[in-house]
Amino acid sequence: MKLLRELAFPLVAVAAAFVIGSIFVLAIGDIPVQTYRLLIGSALSWPDGIGYTVFYATPLIFTGLAVAVAFRCGLLNIGAEGQLYVAAFACAWVGIKFGGTVIDSFGKPLDYSWANLPGVLLVPLCILAAIAAGAVWGAIPGFLKARFGSHEVINTIMLNFIAIALTSYFTQYFYKAPGDPILQTVPIGEQAHIARLGSFLPGLPARIPVNVAFLLALVAAALVYVFLWRTKWGYEIRATGASPTAAEYGGISTRRQIVLAMAVSGGLAGMVGVNEVLGYRGRYYEGFSDNYGFTGIAVALLGRNHPVGVVLAALLFAVLQRGSIPVDAFTEHVTKDIVQILQAIIILFVAAETLFRGPFGRFGMMKRAKV
Amino acid sequence: MIELFSLSLLYSTIRLATPLLLAALGGLFSERAGVINIALEGLMLAGAFTAAAVTHFTGSPWAGLLAGIAAGALVAGIHALATIRFRADQVVSGTAINILMLGVPPFLSGALFLSSGSTPQIPQGHLLPNAPIIIAVLLVPLTWYVLYRTPFGLRLRAVGEKPEAADAAGIGVNRMRYTAVLLSGALAGIGGAYLSIGQSSLFTRNMTSGRGFIALAALIFGKWRPVQTMLACLLFGFAEAVAIQLQGVRLPSGEEIPVQFIQIVPYVLTIVVLAGFIGHSRAPRALGIPYQKER
Repeated sequence: MKLLRELAFPLVAVAAAFVIGSIFVLAIGDIPVQTYRLLIGSALSWPDGIGYTVFYATPLIFTGLAVAVAFRCGLLNIGAEGQLYVAAFACAWVGIKFGGTVIDSFGKPLDYSWANLPGVLLVPLCILAAIAAGAVWGAIPGFLKARFGSHEVINTIMLNFIAIALTSYFTQYFYKAPGDPILQTVPIGEQAHIARLGSFLPGLPARIPVNVAFLLALVAAALVYVFLWRTKWGYEIRATGASPTAAEYGGISTRRQIVLAMAVSGGLAGMVGVNEVLGYRGRYYEGFSDNYGFTGIAVALLGRNHPVGVVLAALLFAVLQRGSIPVDAFTEHVTKDIVQILQAIIILFVAAETLFRGPFGRFGMMKRAKV
Repeated sequence: MIELFSLSLLYSTIRLATPLLLAALGGLFSERAGVINIALEGLMLAGAFTAAAVTHFTGSPWAGLLAGIAAGALVAGIHALATIRFRADQVVSGTAINILMLGVPPFLSGALFLSSGSTPQIPQGHLLPNAPIIIAVLLVPLTWYVLYRTPFGLRLRAVGEKPEAADAAGIGVNRMRYTAVLLSGALAGIGGAYLSIGQSSLFTRNMTSGRGFIALAALIFGKWRPVQTMLACLLFGFAEAVAIQLQGVRLPSGEEIPVQFIQIVPYVLTIVVLAGFIGHSRAPRALGIPYQKER
């Protein structure tokens, strides 16, 4: 019964978004039913539809979890975008520095490395680097809020720009293969790649890039649940989010919880780098993120800041992302932009609802918010 | 060695500061009335696309500008409705508006012009390269006057600082906030229109590329005051102008100047100011808090 209630509102919001979206579709002279069939149907085919949908869902699960953890502490992390860029770069950096000699896109051997570690060591090291870099980039606005009271929304927006500029600088001046016209680093060591699911799942071709990072995303969702609801730290984070003053009275250092929550949030966002660098491209590629950080906000809101909800919401948005390609190609006028319109309407509906119930509504998540 | 402090750099600074200033002044009205406006980015996109499309169809950039203003206000109306009427979280609603406006202009452009990437090129004679700059410059003293020397401005500030007191004095808090948010949409709309029918001659996908956020940063850097906000916009415009000018320029030693470090100056400065290292930037007291009449 409680589960049904929890599910009801997100479903209403999604349905409402599709209704309003169909007004947009009708307005430009296309047929909503046909558009939506393309949008949703193409994600359900095996193996390509489902394979790619799960691949698209992977970064959204991580950023959705990231935003959800911060939300539970009463913080809005708009900085997942910057955190995942810094993390992906750090991940690639470790993969390059400890990956030995690699062959670049022109077939030439390149050696940017200090050492040549075996995969069993290098993969965990790359993952740790991604988490650590994301956590640090997340902890900065957490610290600024805890120490100076400056609002995390503005600071995370600023840090997004800074992250993109810095990673671009290091890529362009230090880690780009000579003569490479694309702004990307040299490849990481071959042994740092993580397996595609297709390499051990029968029936799933290995050309589909869904990889072990998806399994890590599911593990991360489970860990976030345990962390938030089964540990002392999680309890203190939720207490801080529910009512900072009450938490202080209860002897909780809300400042420490703010920094901790932002670090955990940033670390989760950083895991996107693992999917991208170790699981997909095998290098850092500038501008790879398709707004994952911002979509993560929608995922968290729609998933009611609960890990299970986040996974489901990420899958829904991934279905839309997968479907945007055939919509672009096979409808008369509708472009892939319909997906962003639907996402935005979903957020607006869910946002207006959080006022009336849920963790921020009743307790006023942003009562003290100053932007 | 290139000439750094030239007349062309000055002009380029002003050109780059203008859209920031228009949007930041818009944000100023909204935030001084107590409504966070991180939707500036989306409002600018609405203005930019509408201005380009209407100018293309009518051949009149002034009609385009007016349409851009109307579009900005209309989209701001969604933000106002969500945050004031339905008391949605202001940051979340603003984020939704930004995502919405990443989608709507290319969606409409695809239907109207069969190209979701950009609108058709507008001929040179149908552009407004200077008018928005003049409007922006005139708006600074005007905003100052309205804010500090008129009853409307007094009410606006009262609503942003002490809504309960304003309410007790008979001011319609939510009504003032609606007005302020719509006004912010109109001004951000001019800023967006300047991008598409002033600086360039067409609308391209996501052509603001973060300028709405930089305008917001300038507003905070300028401590929510008109004149300081203008100075902040000029500083940020200057940083961008220098970065553009130094792109690809080599030092005597033969190394390229990494412009990324000039580009991040505004963002680092904003963080520093917000943390209180350079003066203190205090937000309007009631910023971000929906107002509910006591029963």
